[in-house]
Amino acid sequence: MSVTNRMKSLRPSLMAGVAAAAMTLAAAPGAAETLRWARVADALTLDPHSQNEGPTSTLLHHIYETLVSRATDGSLEPRLATDWYIHPDDDTVWVLELREGVTFHNGNEFTAEDVVFSLERVRHDSSGFKALHSAVTGAEAVDEHTVHIQMSGPSPLYVQNLTNFFIMDSDWSAENDVEDPQNFAAGEENYAVRNSNGTGPYMLSERDPEVRTVLTLNEDHWDDAPEVTEIIYTPISEAATRVAALLSGEVDLVQDVPVQDIARLEETDGVTVTTGPENRNIFFSYDMTSETLDSANVDDNPFAKPEIREALALAIDRDAIRQVVMRGQSQPSAAPLPPFVNGWTEEMDEYSAPDYERAAQLVRDAGYPDGFSVDLHCPNDRYLNDEAICQALVGMLGRIEIDVNLVSQTRSLHFPLIENWETDFYLLGWGVPTFDSAYIFNFLVHSREGAFGAYNGSRYSNPEMDEKIEALATMTDLEERDALIAEIWDEIMEDRVFLNVHNQLLAYASRDGINVEVHPENQPHMADVTFD
Amino acid sequence: MLAFIIRRVLQSILVMLVVALVSFSLFRFVGDPINSMVGQEASIEDRAALREALGLNDPFLMQFMRFIGNAAQGDFGISYRLQQPVMELILSRLPATLELALVSGVVAFIFGVGFGVYTALRRRGWVSNSIMTLSLIGVSLPTFLIGVLLIWVFAVEFQMLPSFGRGDVVRVGDWWSTGFLTHSGRLSLILPAFTLGLYQMTLIMRLVRAEMLEVLRTDYIKFARARGLTNRAVHFGHALKNTMVPVITITGLQLGSIIAFAIITETVFQWPGVGALFINSVRFVDVPVMAAYLLLIALIFVLINLVVDLLYYVVDPRLRADRAAARH
Repeated sequence: MSVTNRMKSLRPSLMAGVAAAAMTLAAAPGAAETLRWARVADALTLDPHSQNEGPTSTLLHHIYETLVSRATDGSLEPRLATDWYIHPDDDTVWVLELREGVTFHNGNEFTAEDVVFSLERVRHDSSGFKALHSAVTGAEAVDEHTVHIQMSGPSPLYVQNLTNFFIMDSDWSAENDVEDPQNFAAGEENYAVRNSNGTGPYMLSERDPEVRTVLTLNEDHWDDAPEVTEIIYTPISEAATRVAALLSGEVDLVQDVPVQDIARLEETDGVTVTTGPENRNIFFSYDMTSETLDSANVDDNPFAKPEIREALALAIDRDAIRQVVMRGQSQPSAAPLPPFVNGWTEEMDEYSAPDYERAAQLVRDAGYPDGFSVDLHCPNDRYLNDEAICQALVGMLGRIEIDVNLVSQTRSLHFPLIENWETDFYLLGWGVPTFDSAYIFNFLVHSREGAFGAYNGSRYSNPEMDEKIEALATMTDLEERDALIAEIWDEIMEDRVFLNVHNQLLAYASRDGINVEVHPENQPHMADVTFD
Repeated sequence: MLAFIIRRVLQSILVMLVVALVSFSLFRFVGDPINSMVGQEASIEDRAALREALGLNDPFLMQFMRFIGNAAQGDFGISYRLQQPVMELILSRLPATLELALVSGVVAFIFGVGFGVYTALRRRGWVSNSIMTLSLIGVSLPTFLIGVLLIWVFAVEFQMLPSFGRGDVVRVGDWWSTGFLTHSGRLSLILPAFTLGLYQMTLIMRLVRAEMLEVLRTDYIKFARARGLTNRAVHFGHALKNTMVPVITITGLQLGSIIAFAIITETVFQWPGVGALFINSVRFVDVPVMAAYLLLIALIFVLINLVVDLLYYVVDPRLRADRAAARH
């Protein structure tokens, strides 16, 4: 029942009776089910290739569709593509077989031409997703429902990059002059920012950015009809207000539940909390290559010494961080990758209990009898309790005579430090959208050159390692490839390039009777929601 | 009068230029917008190219001159975050903020003056004492906390009022949307308006009370009483009227701050106004929106000051008399 109706029913007037009668009718079996959904931020745009950003993609998954999609267990599911495989005669070509009988919201038929067009558009200079398609050299519609994608070399895992690649209608795009994504420098608004024409199970019926977005059921959708027939999506940025809106019954589902409220909500009647692992690891890293550090009070670079890195690993108390900072809502681990990512093993995640005596001894033996001091950079508005995690580490390292000066600031100031190599010691969270270790290696381990190493703040540089990482991209023998991944991980873990803290957990809260699964990419789909 | 207005308008333009310069120079400390604009897969080269295309590498003064040049032509650019023209974005959010500010300003003024007069006339009663105590709470508690408390009590516990948003709105004309015309719109206004106006209300109340106590001791009030005027005529006709000059100044200036500092209230109540837009823009380093917003706020302050100055003439005959005398 909506707020308006309840407000009216509080008034002792005839209106109350009318409103109540209307509500009874609305709740009759088989009738429309509206889901009021709140999360911290709104989608930034409706243009499906412009912003590579979580909330934007999550909302767009309801209006537009991808060729393949990520199930809640991390596996790939067919969506607009019914099958995909590497061409039997040419291992540089991906073959996609498309679903038949799919139409866009405006009635146009979905064909191979739309896929070819969308692939062209997503690779455009102003697209936020172009890096995921950098290995593509062209695409060809072989017939109405088959597409061949030509890659620059063998790319056995390219299909993993397609889970946020939305398909647009080529005719509609031409009619509305939106063949390229938004170009900021041009200073003109793109029609696709506020209008949409997808194949998804819901159609846009109302949108007031950052206020309210209403989606209604697409009756002609190819899949089984979902139970939710209308979605009212409201961003509520303030955590306390978001939770209050759920408790007061003004929304049905809250996606970003603050960690400190989880326990209380679990005990509240009428509210269900669902938690699950997110595809995101939180870890520290350090400049382990430079001769000296900018912020340290010693003349050399302590992080370049293996003893110091070992001391850090011995001093971090992951269980304490889990209990005190995260209130139990995290999965402590030693390796910076979530369990569902290819390359993960149970042994990698094992960590020992902290040993402060030995750690302090290692610091002294490394040539710092009085310890040393260094700055730690930390974001304070990006990850769950990010600043508090850093504060906890400051206390732990204080016990082994490493005097850490915490600099915590907003994300727009924090990330450029890593990008520009202006930090000695920092916190970073990393998700793996392709669900394969190579993604981590490409951005965090490979030396910084070209498209590689953008977030390699440790300045780790090893030509042999770089070769191995580059080889992964084109290896078609998956067993051999997995063996190489394991080899690379062994080396990284031995060199202690990362000081991993934990795998972040997600929590969704809903009113009782609504069943929603936690999605590892934090992209829940309302078509999968069921009611008791 | 005309010369006065022209002079003030010229001063205002100068003030706004200075505000623009200062705010623009501060943006460099907010961070780098590129990181929010591209995905984590973007390479260093791609980031550099976008930075170059947006002109972020240009010297500060050049960026500033370009901004002023475009702004003078009414072009504030495209929001980095929402990809819509900035002016359109701000205009679409402005009605929400103005309605909220207006309601809380009116509430603050009416209750502030009312309570102020009451506590000045009945200094000892328990009602006065409790009003004074409550007003202390209003001054000392942060807006954020008051908002959350009100949501907790009236939305969660009693479920009488909505906890967020503006309710249903009705479009009036091309770009104005109003919440006054719907039931849910009016209900949604209550909590944020009270939260936003509480501080102003206590301020006005304390000011009126102090001024009233002062005026009530003056000779002309004694004369008025000696003439046998009713209490009502003395209190409201003479005493209150003479306290109004500082009260109008403060209320006017406060109306500016209500609009400017609605940011916190708007964030707590998810009120879709320009304040919430500004906060989100700061988080994203959406420079075009931040720059335009700060200019707008400067404009509002400048305009309000102008109106307040003109109101003095209306309220205080001495100012007019001085002017008239000076001309002879």
